[in-house]
Amino acid sequence: MNRLIRYVALAAFASVPLWLHDPYLLNAFITTGILIIAAMSLNLLLGYTGQLSLGHVAFFGIGAYTSALVSLGFDVELIGGIRVVHEPWPVWTGFVIGTLVAALCGYAVGKLSFKVRGAYFVIVTISFAEVVRLIALNWVELTQGPLALTSIPPMTLGLPGVGYLDFYSKQSNYYLVLAVLVVSYIVIQRLVCSRVGRAMIALKENESLAVSVGIDVTRYLVLAAVFSAGIAGAAGSLYAHYLKIIDPDVFAFLYTVTMVIMVISGGKGTLAGPIVGGLIFGFIPVAARSFATPEIQWILYGLLMIIIVFVLPKGIVPAIEKWFAASGARADPEPLQAKMHDAP
Amino acid sequence: MTELLQHIVNTLILGSTYALLGIGLTLIFGIMRVVNFAHGELYSFGAYALYFVGVMLGLNFFLALIVAVVLGCFAGALIEVVLLRPMRGADIDTTMLVMIGAMIVMQNGEQFVWGGVAKSVSTPFPELPLVVGSISVSWLRLFVFCAALALIGVSYLLINRTKLGKAMRATFQDRDAAALMGVNIQFIYMATFAIGSSLAAAAGALLGPVYVISPQMGNLASLKAFAIVILGGLGSIGGATIGGFLLALAEELGAGYVSSGYRDAMGFLIIIAVLLFKPTGLFARAERIG
Repeated sequence: MNRLIRYVALAAFASVPLWLHDPYLLNAFITTGILIIAAMSLNLLLGYTGQLSLGHVAFFGIGAYTSALVSLGFDVELIGGIRVVHEPWPVWTGFVIGTLVAALCGYAVGKLSFKVRGAYFVIVTISFAEVVRLIALNWVELTQGPLALTSIPPMTLGLPGVGYLDFYSKQSNYYLVLAVLVVSYIVIQRLVCSRVGRAMIALKENESLAVSVGIDVTRYLVLAAVFSAGIAGAAGSLYAHYLKIIDPDVFAFLYTVTMVIMVISGGKGTLAGPIVGGLIFGFIPVAARSFATPEIQWILYGLLMIIIVFVLPKGIVPAIEKWFAASGARADPEPLQAKMHDAP
Repeated sequence: MTELLQHIVNTLILGSTYALLGIGLTLIFGIMRVVNFAHGELYSFGAYALYFVGVMLGLNFFLALIVAVVLGCFAGALIEVVLLRPMRGADIDTTMLVMIGAMIVMQNGEQFVWGGVAKSVSTPFPELPLVVGSISVSWLRLFVFCAALALIGVSYLLINRTKLGKAMRATFQDRDAAALMGVNIQFIYMATFAIGSSLAAAAGALLGPVYVISPQMGNLASLKAFAIVILGGLGSIGGATIGGFLLALAEELGAGYVSSGYRDAMGFLIIIAVLLFKPTGLFARAERIG
């Protein structure tokens, strides 16, 4: 059943560029897709290990800047007069390096900040994101600061014997984003359905108990942070090569808030949650722009966030599952437990 | 030397308002366990209230300051009753999300009502600064310093010398035991949030005329307030006061001797360093990471 829903959803999304020709809406699909990938990565931390990182946009931005800089090249002088010159590399190497650098930052941040929990963890992660933003803003030699990095090349893939495939059109970018989204989904699914994932869920449910049965807390939390940061970095790289311009605003706190609200509204700790929540919150601005100024849109956004936390604290997907389970229980007495972490 | 003295004078003035922000937040965080992302918005609320009452209604500057603080108090009580009271017992992440929602609504509400153009408030103080030796201080800043110090003193007395303060301290130590002793927890929570909010509004109303008033001014204020609270240790008014001055010192020296672009990074670097190396804060006695 779940598998069927997954394939139908994938086929439906794959067909979008075939019937949708409005460039504005297609653009909304692409940016929403990128944010959904980021939200999925956040869900790995927030939903499965229970750690709320409000600095997640840092990894997204690091991925974006790294990928853009690798493919653009740079020439900077470090402290002590060491000059680092980098010639432009093919764009796909930027994507790979961006993902790896973000994952590495995830490792470092995880290793350092999992010493604290709860509110303190939240504050450390925000601080990290703000420091990175200020560096992007002030290290003008490398990042162009507020002038933004411009003319970032579109993603290209070198295929041996075939030539180059470049992702310039909106359609091709759509499929690129969809492909990365599917791969990220599978990676996250593999991870959370494995022994590692069960250890993470155990940590979320009861940390002291998990420790007492021999689960190495820091190791699993750091592992989650590495995967989470890497996927967020990949999303950032897609973002940079799709928009072709990035400025320090990519580190804005509101992007993290958007990711968090996508996860929470969809249902944290479910695989489908960030996708459902992401589609809703990705398209609210599209629906609202005809009648509301940006401030009003944001006010609606904030109010909706409060309302969702009040009304559906567990999110939409678990609510639907519960409803299905309740209506299905009469006809089909299948145990509920088996379904819990196997949602579409 | 002159430069350093000038930095120290600036630190004292900036630090006194940071201390107000920090005390407000440490009370809310310590007693209610609410990570108040809307704290910075109450700071800008205070500044806009001063602008509305002092400039648009034309009230006397000092009266307008008092009105702004009182309005901040009411706004805080309203937020507490509408948003936080129904969330009692929810975990800390959930209330944090509600406060982030409130922050977004308030900030964009300000943008909607007042527009994006920064407002400035004129004050009855003379334009010419007070010059002592080689150091110059504007009269306005001197007034801000004195007013902030007075408010710090008032909140200290409120917490340590009044019945309400005793009830608040009891709630901080053990909510259930306090409730069993007849402390009205609901009222204490509302009072805490209202007092914290009025201190934030006071900081905003005092700094508003020094700088300019814009919807974005609250953005960094929340995070700086967190830096102060973490620096000083949870729930400690003395810690928050010292934390406020230390943050201001770090910012002044960082901006003066390192790079002005990294001025705001100082607070965040302090947060990271303190939480990594001394997570209980510099002045806290009790263990607090839970």
